[in-house]
Amino acid sequence: MTNQPIPDLTAFDEAALDKAFAQLEQEARQAASGLNDEAAVEAFRLEWLGRKQGRLNEVSGRWLKAAPVEAKKALGVRFNSLKAVVEALLDAALGSGPSDASLKAEALDITLPGTQRLVGAEHPITRTLNEIVSVFAALGYSVGVGPEVETDFYNFESMNFPPGHPARDTQDTLVVANQERRSQRDRLLLRTHTSPVQMRTMEQQPPPVRIVIPGKVHRNDAADATHSPIFHQVEGLCVDTNITFSDLKGTLDHAMKALFGSAVKTRFFPSFFPFTEPSADVQISCIYCGGKGCRKCKQSGWIELLGCGMVDPAVFAFAAEKQPAYDPKEISGFAFGMGVERIAMMKYGISEIGSFYSGDMRFLGQFV
Amino acid sequence: MKILTKWLRSYLPGLPVDDAQLAEDLTLRGIAVEGIYSLGEGNGSLYEMDITTNRVDAMNHYGVAREAAAIYSLPLPALAFPLPAVEPAKVPFPVKIEAEDACGRFTARVLRNITIGNSRDWFAGAEVATYFGLLEQKMISNAVDASNYAWLAMGQPTHAFDLDKIEGGIIVRRAKKGEKLKTLDGLDRVLDPEDLVVADHKKALGLAGVMGGWDTMITPETKNVLVEAAWFDPVAVRRTARRHGLHTDASHRFERGADFNAAPIASAIVCSILLANGGSIEGDLVDVRVPALEAKTAQRKPIPLALSEVRRILGKTVSEEGITAEIVENVLVALGCGLENDKAAGGDRWKVTLPSWRLDIEREIDLIEEVARVYGYNRFANTLPAFGEGVKALPWAESEDAIRRTMMTAGFHEAIGSTFCSASEAALTAPQPGLVVPLGNPLSEEAGVLRPSLVPGMLAMVAGNLNRDVSDVRLFELGTVFSGTTEKVEERPAMAFGAAGNLAQQTALHPARAIDFHDVKGAVEQVTGRFQARSVYFDRFPADAGLIPEWLHPYRAARVVVEGVTAGWFGQLHPREAAARKLREQVIVGELYLDRLYKLPSRRPAAREISRYQPVRRDFSLVLDKSIPWRLIDEALSGLRIPELVEWRVREVFNDPKLGEQEYSLLMGATFQAPDRTLRDEELQSFHTQVVKAIGKAGARLRS
Repeated sequence: MTNQPIPDLTAFDEAALDKAFAQLEQEARQAASGLNDEAAVEAFRLEWLGRKQGRLNEVSGRWLKAAPVEAKKALGVRFNSLKAVVEALLDAALGSGPSDASLKAEALDITLPGTQRLVGAEHPITRTLNEIVSVFAALGYSVGVGPEVETDFYNFESMNFPPGHPARDTQDTLVVANQERRSQRDRLLLRTHTSPVQMRTMEQQPPPVRIVIPGKVHRNDAADATHSPIFHQVEGLCVDTNITFSDLKGTLDHAMKALFGSAVKTRFFPSFFPFTEPSADVQISCIYCGGKGCRKCKQSGWIELLGCGMVDPAVFAFAAEKQPAYDPKEISGFAFGMGVERIAMMKYGISEIGSFYSGDMRFLGQFV
Repeated sequence: MKILTKWLRSYLPGLPVDDAQLAEDLTLRGIAVEGIYSLGEGNGSLYEMDITTNRVDAMNHYGVAREAAAIYSLPLPALAFPLPAVEPAKVPFPVKIEAEDACGRFTARVLRNITIGNSRDWFAGAEVATYFGLLEQKMISNAVDASNYAWLAMGQPTHAFDLDKIEGGIIVRRAKKGEKLKTLDGLDRVLDPEDLVVADHKKALGLAGVMGGWDTMITPETKNVLVEAAWFDPVAVRRTARRHGLHTDASHRFERGADFNAAPIASAIVCSILLANGGSIEGDLVDVRVPALEAKTAQRKPIPLALSEVRRILGKTVSEEGITAEIVENVLVALGCGLENDKAAGGDRWKVTLPSWRLDIEREIDLIEEVARVYGYNRFANTLPAFGEGVKALPWAESEDAIRRTMMTAGFHEAIGSTFCSASEAALTAPQPGLVVPLGNPLSEEAGVLRPSLVPGMLAMVAGNLNRDVSDVRLFELGTVFSGTTEKVEERPAMAFGAAGNLAQQTALHPARAIDFHDVKGAVEQVTGRFQARSVYFDRFPADAGLIPEWLHPYRAARVVVEGVTAGWFGQLHPREAAARKLREQVIVGELYLDRLYKLPSRRPAAREISRYQPVRRDFSLVLDKSIPWRLIDEALSGLRIPELVEWRVREVFNDPKLGEQEYSLLMGATFQAPDRTLRDEELQSFHTQVVKAIGKAGARLRS
């Protein structure tokens, strides 16, 4: 298709320019008025705005070149306003877009399920561990870890379980083979709690200490719905001048509210652990019934959650062998420990502890 | 342990609270009542109690009453069991303690002409039938029941011998080598020279503090009785009991420390009940003590206590005045301590005499605990310590987190497997097969050693899913692996991963796609890409070199090499291992040695300018010999060092029947782009020539 040629311009006074441009504008408007399909719109675009033979291109080429210097500015102004008009006409024509019929042919069933990218899930134990650790990080606690294979010294003796102490019976221990000929304190075993990391930390660093210790522990326990030979604990230790029992209470009360919601209440009652004195068990108001009493809390309104206490001076005495600053007359501290599985089971409504270690995709997939 | 509130209230008639409140108040003071069962009108309640092992003194009715008395500030009368007048003995009954390190006190009382019969409520304070009925404690005979009554009342073990079967007198000694004793459970035992026994002048009569002997037991025909109440050393009893595999009420108590002063009262309880059915006492109570052990128990030196120390450890209370001297004195006196103001030391300081029944109290801190406990833990305020130093994360925390997130993004679920595996699995998967650490008391043979690799656990979990008809599996585990000897064990962090089935499930719009080696390789590349390494590549050794892990398919296995060091292996599970595990599906499995990655710095993202100029894509259709892997082409292209060759990748690999047997075809796309200009045709032509030349050198030719 050949465009209608642009007439030559001979006069460049303002009146002549006005007339010539008005003529072109009228032609453009006329052409644009009858655009009823996409092909016609494209033809209009090519006729007027085409890069090589578009009419506006002709105008800028021929008229502007022919214009005397003093008329170039006046011509340019008119050219630009004509171009704006043509572009506006094109936009308006394009704006109406493809017809409804052509769009309808492209209809999708949007009720089909979306195609989801498969993403993996963090293990609920990792998730719970991280949650606990970050609650204490916000209170100024660093993270510490220690080996899973421990010596009798760190696991028991330095935690004030002397050899032959009846409290050792409550922690059935898995031991490494062939330890019989070694001295008691060097014997290797699988740590039964994360508490030995308390001693390892204190041996390496003088007070103050504020540390949380997440980790895997093992006991020679028969597996059932709530017991597993493999489980996880988070231990905490805070040692400084003037650390008190009321600080322990306040810290754990805050932590339980951060983990289970601000409505949760705590209560403390006496317990016994060789490495703390005074020792306490901590209960939280039942998160299922809010404390009214239900099957989960055996109608008591309370759920037992963790053990804690003031660090026993005997434990400090072991630490002081390497770091004399752990003088129980000068400093004091508290420690606490909680079972991660139990907390995860409560938070996510898990009834079988074995689910955590089965690697069952259906179980794990729930935590995406 | 069961406690009757009816029995408790007989000691404390003025108890101001009901059974439910009493239970709560006791529980909050560490004397835990786990269950309350009403026994009907006039019978009170039965408490099911769970008392911690350090508080053996409270595992009986009088002991619980003592706690209640302290809580409510009530007076608690001493136990009194008056005995009838004594008929004099010609000579006192001979008792000798030879094992003076292990027996601190031995009391003996001779009763004559008693009648063995059934128990009943004998007198006020000895309601045997009533209490045993409520406790559902089986009644056996007045002699056995009397001993049990004393046990339930005050937690002191006693023992009654048939006096006529004792030859000479009593000697508490260590057993002789090879000495024999038939115990009350009917077993004939050979004694160890370390065993502590109660003997007569001829033979062993019983295992001291553990179990009596068969031959001197009370029978319906017994007329004359010797009643023993003694104090034995915890360690001696514990060892004797353990050696014989016994755990009795008596051993439980003695192991945890009995009350040195309880023997005469317990003896009086047993004797007064037996005598209520007739008979008489011969001679005074024989009471032999070892002063050295008495000094360690009933006559311990007073310990100093300062109010300032109580407050330093315990901190603030809800009420403003905190713990006062008056509170300390009231609590400790109620628990049986003697407090003497230590005027010389000045201020609120005391010398505290300790009760004989509380061997768990030895130090100032123990007294502080007692104050806190009886005062009530929940009456202390909730305070927070001042902030300490800055928080430090573990050095590898960021790396571990990045790896976990990368694997999750790749569609793998995190799993936690067993810490143990069987010796044969360890031999198959250990990177250092000689350094596997066995357990001394494994949970089972399948869990006999510490895992040297996470692969056995991963395979077990993958197989577990497939066996449960969960066919799409993508798992990873971050965990510790162990190596070394039983002398020294090393722990290292590792990551295993396993996959089977489809990566993308079938939908209405897309077909399913099976996960394959290269999907897993992609995940591994993304993991190693989290670190700044000078080089990362994948290779495998010749199949016959014996260097490929045995659990991997020798031609579908890759070694991960990071900065020249082996950082892991992965690939298809060896078909032999798959068959051994009854797996028909193709399983991709692998392990990365994270300690080697953790040595590298994390990759820090750095932006570079995106070119504004047009990229130009050129496709190259190549024909290669099957012995030439992509890596050679890849290396040839990077060797060109053309800055404008910004990317190249394989678009397709296919075996074309039109080609030779040993040839395959590969379609490669290359992209050229300059940061500062549009590329000219001559430049592109030159690049093209260079590329063709380089891949030609690598052994490929352009398909015509």
